[in-house]
Amino acid sequence: MKVASLSFRTRSGRARLYQLALAAALVALAAGAAVTTRENLAARQIRSGFGFLAEPAGFDIGEGPVPFTPQDSYLWAFLAGLGNTLRVAAVGIVLATLLGTVVGLGRLSRNALARWLSTAYVEVLRNVPLVVQLLAWYVSITELLPDAASPLQLAPHVYLSKSGLAYPTPVWARGWALALGALPLGLGAAWALLRWARARRERTGHTPQVRWAALLLLVALPAAGWALGGAPRALDVPEVTAFNVAGGGGVTPEFLSLLLGLVGFTAAYIAEIVRSGVLAVPHGQTEAAAALGLTRRQALRLVLLPQALRVIVPPLTSQFLNLTKNSSLAVVIGYPDLVSIANTAINQNGQALECIVLIMAVYLFVNLLTALGMGVYNRRVALVER
Amino acid sequence: MELSRRTVTLAALAAALTTAPGLARAGKTLDAVRHRGEVVCGVNTSGAGFSGTDSQGRWTGLDVDMCRAVAAAVLKDANKVRFVPLNSQQRFTALQSGEVDVLSRNTTWSLTRDASLGIVFTGINYFDGQGFMVPKKLKVDSAKKLGGAQLCVQAGTTSEKNVAEWFAAHGLKYKSVVFDNAEAIQAAFFSGRCQAYTTDMSDLAGARTHAQNPSDWVVLPEVISKEPLGPAVRRGDDEWFQIVRWTLFAMIEAEEDGITQATADQLRTSSKSPDVQRMLGVGEDTGKLLGLDKEWSYRIVKQVGTYGDSFERNLGPKTPVGLPRGVNKLWTQGGLMYAPPVR
Repeated sequence: MKVASLSFRTRSGRARLYQLALAAALVALAAGAAVTTRENLAARQIRSGFGFLAEPAGFDIGEGPVPFTPQDSYLWAFLAGLGNTLRVAAVGIVLATLLGTVVGLGRLSRNALARWLSTAYVEVLRNVPLVVQLLAWYVSITELLPDAASPLQLAPHVYLSKSGLAYPTPVWARGWALALGALPLGLGAAWALLRWARARRERTGHTPQVRWAALLLLVALPAAGWALGGAPRALDVPEVTAFNVAGGGGVTPEFLSLLLGLVGFTAAYIAEIVRSGVLAVPHGQTEAAAALGLTRRQALRLVLLPQALRVIVPPLTSQFLNLTKNSSLAVVIGYPDLVSIANTAINQNGQALECIVLIMAVYLFVNLLTALGMGVYNRRVALVER
Repeated sequence: MELSRRTVTLAALAAALTTAPGLARAGKTLDAVRHRGEVVCGVNTSGAGFSGTDSQGRWTGLDVDMCRAVAAAVLKDANKVRFVPLNSQQRFTALQSGEVDVLSRNTTWSLTRDASLGIVFTGINYFDGQGFMVPKKLKVDSAKKLGGAQLCVQAGTTSEKNVAEWFAAHGLKYKSVVFDNAEAIQAAFFSGRCQAYTTDMSDLAGARTHAQNPSDWVVLPEVISKEPLGPAVRRGDDEWFQIVRWTLFAMIEAEEDGITQATADQLRTSSKSPDVQRMLGVGEDTGKLLGLDKEWSYRIVKQVGTYGDSFERNLGPKTPVGLPRGVNKLWTQGGLMYAPPVR
């Protein structure tokens, strides 16, 4: 193997030397900043280090998928905040993609009303700052809805009020655990069936009708688990108390407004990406699809969208990352996301540097992970035709 | 728009910490303040009676007066102050990084804050305690009946921790709704998002003045914590620490000596009391040990007023906040306000 040359005499050698010098300068700069920081913190007698993460946080976190009590540690509080960020980002990404696709296709619709509505949607939501939209949603929810003590009843045991939406949830039991455990089995079985059908179609040209069977597998396996576990049916039902609605599951107005704001805002951008992606497919493809006798829907699903995806996925990834980062605006409406929890921690223990570093590291990690996943997906769709 | 403005501010302050050179000798702050010609003072963005701007845009309040008194003592002019409104997240970083010389922002003095933040508290200018406010229509007369309620709390305050401990100690459950600024909490609370609002009693009284109909809201009797509020300075500058500490003591001592802002000039010539003469700069020189001149305390009383003057003007019964003097009376009148001798 030839060893890379580091000589000034060749072009590539010079390039390598410059890069090495730059890397060394960057390392030196980072080390210098770290040393100065340590000295300054010591000179100002500010406690430093990440030891505080093990101490009890002492404050409460109002909601989230990660159970939290004030006796839990700061580290756990950060995880609870991260849980809240990921929850709103995951739900937001799915909903924004669906809504954005609908609106984007709406702008290309042959129906004038759909076209006009979609254009209005994009122009309005894209041009009003997100913070303003969040506050607007939050104020509408907390001002217009009735008090928590006298909520609107949407359905039996489903209440909507200033405290948010409350609904019954199943009481956790063995049957639910079994059902949850059987879900991957069902998914796997359905996937295997669909693969077999596809392989058969490619081999014989005959298409086995397995779609319903696959769906049945997906539903039946968890259902069997549920039944085996004693078919639990007990529900945790929300009740109206003297103050508010207690029990059951629920989403708070903070989560609801953040989700609505993020979905509405991001969907407007996604709509433009989808529209431009579809327009990027040469018109000849539409004509060819029509010539084959495909309906407009079939043409869209089988010809246009698969090709458009190749244009859409990279900018779509960027929107997913934006949505995740934008969720940090949660602080203005009191949703306890990662940044909000970190802000609280900074104020409780004064360790701003450490907490800011944690925030940056976590967002970097989450976004690199998203970008990685989307990159893999992008390579798959990019290979469709080549 | 990715991160909030607040986080960016904090990041910038943190960046300042990573790049600024180390502290020089003690006394640096006084030199800097004299050179700059103004005291930079971190105050609350809006805390009724403590700090806020009036219709002319002039800062007023008990904490604001504290800053003006420091300027009167050091720069001979109570108006040479630049006020920096800080929310509760920004306050400590702003002081640590040198953005402000004094943090005078109804901040609770606690061991953790005193010992680990690189700051040091200079005294107590208001003895407070944490309480609860609820809508009158809820018909709740005790905080012990708030089990299951949703509480509006400000992020990163001692209130947030106290309430967690108090509810746990009383075996009650609650849900917190946390905002990072007082205006957002009050808006949420008055619109009915939470069943109770918990913070310092003085804050509750101030918040109530912002309600559309103040009589619709009641403050519950329980006081669940001690909240000694006072100004703080950076560690490592003893000279500046002494100046801020003794400015507060001078305001309290002057009231105890029976001086007021209105009578200062008259007493200066007429009073035979050595205490009064010292305070008004006609007796022995109390300023030289602080690195100040002889008339430092006279200017505080003349330009800003005594502690009593400031309390009456900003928090007293004649103001919209309408707080009784309570435990903040002088020790001679059964209160807790006590200054070591200014001599």
